[in-house]
Amino acid sequence: MEVWQIAWFTVACAALATFVMVPPGVLIAWFLARRQFPGRAVIEVFVSLPLVVPPVATGLLLLMVFGRRGSIGRILERVGIDVVFTWKAVVLAMAIMGLPLLVRTARAGFEQVNDRYEHVAATLGAPPLRVFLTISLPLAWPSVLAGAVLGFARALGEFGATIVVAGSIPGQTRTLAVAIYSYAETGQDTQALALVLVSVSIAFVALWAANWLAARRAA
Amino acid sequence: MGSQLAGGEARRVIVLDIVLVQGAFTLEMSTRLDAPITALFGPSGSGKTTTLDAIAGLRTPIRGTIAVNDRTLFSSDSQINLPPHQRHVGYMPQDVALFPHMNVRRNLLYGRHPGVSPDLDRVVGMLEIDRLVDRRVNDLSGGERQRVALGRALMSGPSLLLLDEPLAAVDVPLRRRILPYLQRVRDDLKIPILYVSHDREEVNELADAVVHLDSGRLV
Repeated sequence: MEVWQIAWFTVACAALATFVMVPPGVLIAWFLARRQFPGRAVIEVFVSLPLVVPPVATGLLLLMVFGRRGSIGRILERVGIDVVFTWKAVVLAMAIMGLPLLVRTARAGFEQVNDRYEHVAATLGAPPLRVFLTISLPLAWPSVLAGAVLGFARALGEFGATIVVAGSIPGQTRTLAVAIYSYAETGQDTQALALVLVSVSIAFVALWAANWLAARRAA
Repeated sequence: MGSQLAGGEARRVIVLDIVLVQGAFTLEMSTRLDAPITALFGPSGSGKTTTLDAIAGLRTPIRGTIAVNDRTLFSSDSQINLPPHQRHVGYMPQDVALFPHMNVRRNLLYGRHPGVSPDLDRVVGMLEIDRLVDRRVNDLSGGERQRVALGRALMSGPSLLLLDEPLAAVDVPLRRRILPYLQRVRDDLKIPILYVSHDREEVNELADAVVHLDSGRLV
C-alpha cells in the first residue's frame, strides 16, 4: 500500500539524515561550547540560519549549490552522483533543517558539563580526543540524545526545503509531509488524513522513546 | 615499583618564573621550590589557584618559564608550551572533580600509563580505599572522595602533585585523618607536593616550606 511505502521512506530518510547530521553537529556544538576561534560568530549564525530563513529559501539555496551547475553539484556529477530530485536530496534537506536543533541542544549540554572534569582528565594524560570521547560526550549525553531526537523529529516533518530540492516524485522522493500536501491539494482528503495519522503516530513513538531513554538515564 | 616513584635521589626542583595576566589581575612570581611539600599560602584572590593552573597548563602565562625536575613545561623564550596531557602533573582541584559517570576503579585507572604508574594495589592500600574500588562515586563520603581523587592523581605517575585546598571542604576531625595520607605520599612515593591553603595551622603541620602570595605577588 502506498501509505506504508511513504511512511517507511520518510522514516528511513529521517533516520539517515540524523545519522549524517550527528557527527558534524556534535562536533560543532562542542567547539561552540568550549573553544574560542576566529570565525566562531559566523559559524554560530550560519548553523542557526535554517531555523529562521524560510525553508523554501533554504531549499532553493541547496538546489543552486547541489544542482548540476552548482559548485558542489558539478563535482558530484563528474563522479556520477546525482543529488537533486533523488532520495539523497531528501536526506540532505532533512539534515540541514534538523542541524540547528541538534547543535543548539547539544551545545547547551556541553556547556553544562563542569570544565573541571575535562581539565582533570587532561592533567591525567588524556589527549583532547580522549577527553571528548570519555568525559565530555558521556556527561553531555542526555542533551546530545535529546538534540538528535529533535533533529530527527524535525526531519520527519520537513516540507519546504524538501519540495524544492527533491520535488514530489511518487515512490522516489515523496515524503509524508509532501504527500499530505499533494493529496490535500488534489482533494484526496481520505488519503491525506491517513498520512496525518501515520505522521502523528511516528512522532509520538519517537518522542515517547526519547523521554523513556532520558528517564532511564537519570535513574 | 614504578620508575618515577622509586627515585629517591632524583633532583626535585620546581622553577616558577612567570607573568600571567587574567583580566585586571596580574600574577607575577619568580621562585625555586625544592621542599618535599610546599604550601602556597595567602588570602583568597591572591592567585593561588591561578598558579596551579599555570603549572598544569590550564592557563598560559604571557612570559616566563615553568620547569619541573629539569623538564621545561613552559618557556616563552624557547616557545615551549606543553599541553596539559603531556605535563605529567597530578592536579586535584578544590572540588576534587571525580568523574561522576565512572565508579571508583575507573576513576583511579583513568590516567594509568603502563610502566610509569604505580601499582593500583599499592596506592589503594596506602590511601586505605581498597574497600571502595567498586563503589559509585556519588556514594562516597567527603573524606573518601578526597582520598580517591588523590589516588587518581597518583595513578597517573606524576612528577609533581598540585593540590588545591585539599582540606578546605572537610571538617576538622576528618582533616586530622587525611593529613597522614598526604605525609605518606611525601615519604613513601617521594612525589613533591605543591599545595594551596589559607589555613595557617594546617600549613604549619604539613608543609616543609611556605610561599606567601598576596595580590598576585610573592611576599
